[in-house]
Amino acid sequence: MAATQEEIVAGLAEIVNEIAGIPAEDVQVDKSFTDDLDVDSLSMVEVVVAAEEHFDVKIPDDDVKNLKTVGDATNYILKHQS
Amino acid sequence: MNATNRTVVVTGIGATTPLGGDSASFWEGLLAGRSGVRPLTQDWAAELPVQIAAQIAVDLGESIPRPQARKLDRSAQFALIAAREAWADAGYTGKAGAEAAVNPDRLGAVIASGIGGVTTLLGQYDILREQGVRKVSPHTVPMLMPNSPAANVGLEVNAQAGVHTPVSACASGAEAIGYAVEMIRSGRADVVVAGGTEAAIHPLPVAAFGNMMAMTKNNEDPAGASRPYDTGRDGFVLGEGAGVVVLESAEHAAQRGATVYCEAVGQGLSADSHHIAQPEPSGSGIANALQNLLDGTDLDAATITHVNAHATATPLGDVAELRALRKVFGDDVDHMAVSATKSMTGHLLGGAGGIETVATVLALKHRLAPPTINISELDPEVDGDIVRDEPRALPEGTIAALNNSFGFGGHNVALAFRTV
Repeated sequence: MAATQEEIVAGLAEIVNEIAGIPAEDVQVDKSFTDDLDVDSLSMVEVVVAAEEHFDVKIPDDDVKNLKTVGDATNYILKHQS
Repeated sequence: MNATNRTVVVTGIGATTPLGGDSASFWEGLLAGRSGVRPLTQDWAAELPVQIAAQIAVDLGESIPRPQARKLDRSAQFALIAAREAWADAGYTGKAGAEAAVNPDRLGAVIASGIGGVTTLLGQYDILREQGVRKVSPHTVPMLMPNSPAANVGLEVNAQAGVHTPVSACASGAEAIGYAVEMIRSGRADVVVAGGTEAAIHPLPVAAFGNMMAMTKNNEDPAGASRPYDTGRDGFVLGEGAGVVVLESAEHAAQRGATVYCEAVGQGLSADSHHIAQPEPSGSGIANALQNLLDGTDLDAATITHVNAHATATPLGDVAELRALRKVFGDDVDHMAVSATKSMTGHLLGGAGGIETVATVLALKHRLAPPTINISELDPEVDGDIVRDEPRALPEGTIAALNNSFGFGGHNVALAFRTV
């Protein structure tokens, strides 16, 4: 069963907490990975790989640059999850 | 002597070692004659001929938060812990720039490792084979590169005068400190954070050093396994950790009212050009380094009262170093209290010059030479006054001390420090 938007944000929050140490409650849809959540371009690759596994979705490298905010990633996963 | 010939002093020290997680506990362990060598309890160790090592004394998790640890090889974590202690000990409270007492353009970092991020490299190769390409960490390259500890320490303090990583196997840490002294002397920097780190306790290096017959296989007696100068010595015990000092031009230290431990007089360098992994048995290459130290500085051999020897507990190396001391210093060797602290810490490879410089600086500060433990029967080939079992008081007045480090490849580094 596909994850809801709420479940995806919660899942991303867990991943960002694990990788960048940011409290899960601070991971909101309007937050920028780089500017707000201390996720640099290398750590973003870790976030993407963890999200692919967590949500059973493929996120090609070319699409990663468009995922600026938690909302961008959430919408991408909503649209592409199998 | 080079162009500007500025005096360099030590204003801060830091260490994380098998004897303690900071320089104070490290020193306490050395004076107590405590061994940091313990059995390796990891599953992989059961397969290996060598099953002992000197692992660091404290849990890293307390010092390096998990998100940061994911991006740092263990060797860089050690270096950061030691550098933070040294930086604070020198009286600095923030990064250069924010910390008004030092300009980033005048601050350098020189941190060496003998092997670099070997546990990262091998661990990520395991992940590649077992879990596939996608799971290889994007942080792998910045973690495994040998300059990673230097670069991370440079970032930590905002060093912009230059960040460097000399690599010369087990001489690396000492070479880093010598390089840093030259950076200040020559006018390139006013302050340099310098030292050595190593984190190579992993089955591959342990198997490889074991197959070189370089390490002792005395698994039954870990605390007694590292036996420099003993007739029964049969190789080193692998250790891990880091030692870092803050070096500073004497003028810069005086201007900000810093507490000075001692003067970093300078370095003497040479290469054996004899064998890739064997010491030259007469000690002629080491003697050249010691002679270069005397010729290149104003060090007076009559004032040298302590030597923190390289002495790893290999049959050839320990006595070759003593032959070199005798050749260069003659009768002056008789007033040098020689300590082989690797009898307690094991051999930290590129970290050795770092922690042993910290030990040498503290020996001058407290006027105490730390002991050498595990000598049951002194090798009759030993020609020198070895400090055994108990610390020994060093004389009053102006005294100097040497820290020697030699590495596979024939690299020889002698560093000299002097009370002020």
